[in-house]
Amino acid sequence: MSDPVRTCDGQGCENPASVHLTQVVDNKISVQFLCESCAEAKGISEKPDWAVSDFLAKLSEPGASPGAATAGKSCSSCSLTFDRFRERGRLGCPQCYTTFEGSLRRLLKRIHGANQHVGKVYLPPDAGTAEVGRRLDGLRRRLQHAVEVEDFERAAVLRDQIRELEPAGS
Amino acid sequence: MDHLGTAPDFGLGWLDASGPHSDIVLSTRVRLARNLHGYPYVARARDDDRETILGAVSRAAEAGEMPPGTVVMPIVEMDERTRRIFLERRLISSDLSGRGGSGPEKGAAVIAAPGEPVSIMVNEEDHLRLQSLVSGLRVMEAWSLADQIDDALGTGLHLAYHHDFGYLTSCPTNTGTGLRASALVHLPGLVLTKEIEKVLKGVAQVGLTVRGLYGEGSDVVGNFFQISNQTTLGKSEEDLVDHLGRIVSTVIQTEIQARQVLMRDAGSVTEDKIWRAYGLLRYARLLSYKDLMQLLSGVRLGASLKLLPGLEVVTLNGIMMFSQAAHLDRAAGRALSGPERQAHRASYVRRVLSAESKPPTSGAGG
Repeated sequence: MSDPVRTCDGQGCENPASVHLTQVVDNKISVQFLCESCAEAKGISEKPDWAVSDFLAKLSEPGASPGAATAGKSCSSCSLTFDRFRERGRLGCPQCYTTFEGSLRRLLKRIHGANQHVGKVYLPPDAGTAEVGRRLDGLRRRLQHAVEVEDFERAAVLRDQIRELEPAGS
Repeated sequence: MDHLGTAPDFGLGWLDASGPHSDIVLSTRVRLARNLHGYPYVARARDDDRETILGAVSRAAEAGEMPPGTVVMPIVEMDERTRRIFLERRLISSDLSGRGGSGPEKGAAVIAAPGEPVSIMVNEEDHLRLQSLVSGLRVMEAWSLADQIDDALGTGLHLAYHHDFGYLTSCPTNTGTGLRASALVHLPGLVLTKEIEKVLKGVAQVGLTVRGLYGEGSDVVGNFFQISNQTTLGKSEEDLVDHLGRIVSTVIQTEIQARQVLMRDAGSVTEDKIWRAYGLLRYARLLSYKDLMQLLSGVRLGASLKLLPGLEVVTLNGIMMFSQAAHLDRAAGRALSGPERQAHRASYVRRVLSAESKPPTSGAGG
């Protein structure tokens, strides 16, 4: 989310900086933070390349080539292609996770060291029995943690959530 | 619209320095990235998609158990200064405020309640960015607050979730929990004793990221660092925040030891640096924000070591917030020019310091 606002390095300017400019002049590196208008005044209007997309491109290079199936595929919901994702570093819609599931599974493993979510379990409005079961397992795990760290207020809330979901009589 | 007119204390709760170690850890923040099922992510969404998303989120906020006084504030309806103030309060990002491009996008909004530690950005990189921001090192509390808001909103929405991948986000670096927890720490002792690189390297080795005060890609100003988790998938939210909390606690102990070494081996030089910084802040007539942050670092160290009688950390937090450009413009009632703002900043700081602290007296022989 948002960070404190770095002000522009332009002379007498205190606008928030949104451009990070690194220049090498006479073998000296200078780093400047500029606002849009000071950057434009210096002839810099393009946003700098986004480092994370390079990072993702690198991550998905060796051993994680998308394969013919993924390479030619585009998402049925938002029409994003995997190549486009690699350029931009951003997926187009939640459906992309299903469209490119195999490649993303490998990519997530490389980024996070894991590709299986073990955190909070969301219960969608149209949840079936299996989803309720997973949600209950997750809530019980979190209840155990809350008790371990003596966060009894949280434990009480979690206990209520468990009771609401548990089948009657269990 | 000037939303600050009726509720001026959005996003200011953490300034009270009420949390543990708040002299060293300014704030702890937890943000959760969430998206609605069935809609493209914001970068590929059309205006009407974004407005539909905002409508659905607004209805969920009305129906859910949100903090009293919660308001939905579309960014396009804000005047430019209010947008900058929300930005300076870390309630919205530069992207959401529309600074990087051609003004704010339709459907971009912030949801907040006066004096409350939680807020929500709508239609930022993800449809929802929920955040909690609390004073001091309180990772579990920050997570718990964000979690409750997530529950309050989530029951009225259909979120994008996959049983293997967890919460689905626009960028795969946020997939899973969608959780980024960060602590904003002040480490002058480690910088002055030149131990900082070693410590930061250690922090990076245990899977955390360190950035400067101004976020991604920024340098370090005023010895303030942000430490946050790097990965979001494969660990529970409790494990992620607990890990951050334990590592930051270790960093705090190392910082305290560094300060002890400084005072033992270079006590008079350190004390001199602190008093010089105080003197400049107390009497300067022009201050850029960058100068201010450098000087505040020395003074914060002095307040923390109880070398500056009567000066409290809460006062310094307030100076850091209210001497930012848009806040000064608001106090002046107009857009100040650069040099004017430096004069207003210096004048504001002098006024606060003379009101809040007793006339300083130096220790021995002063």
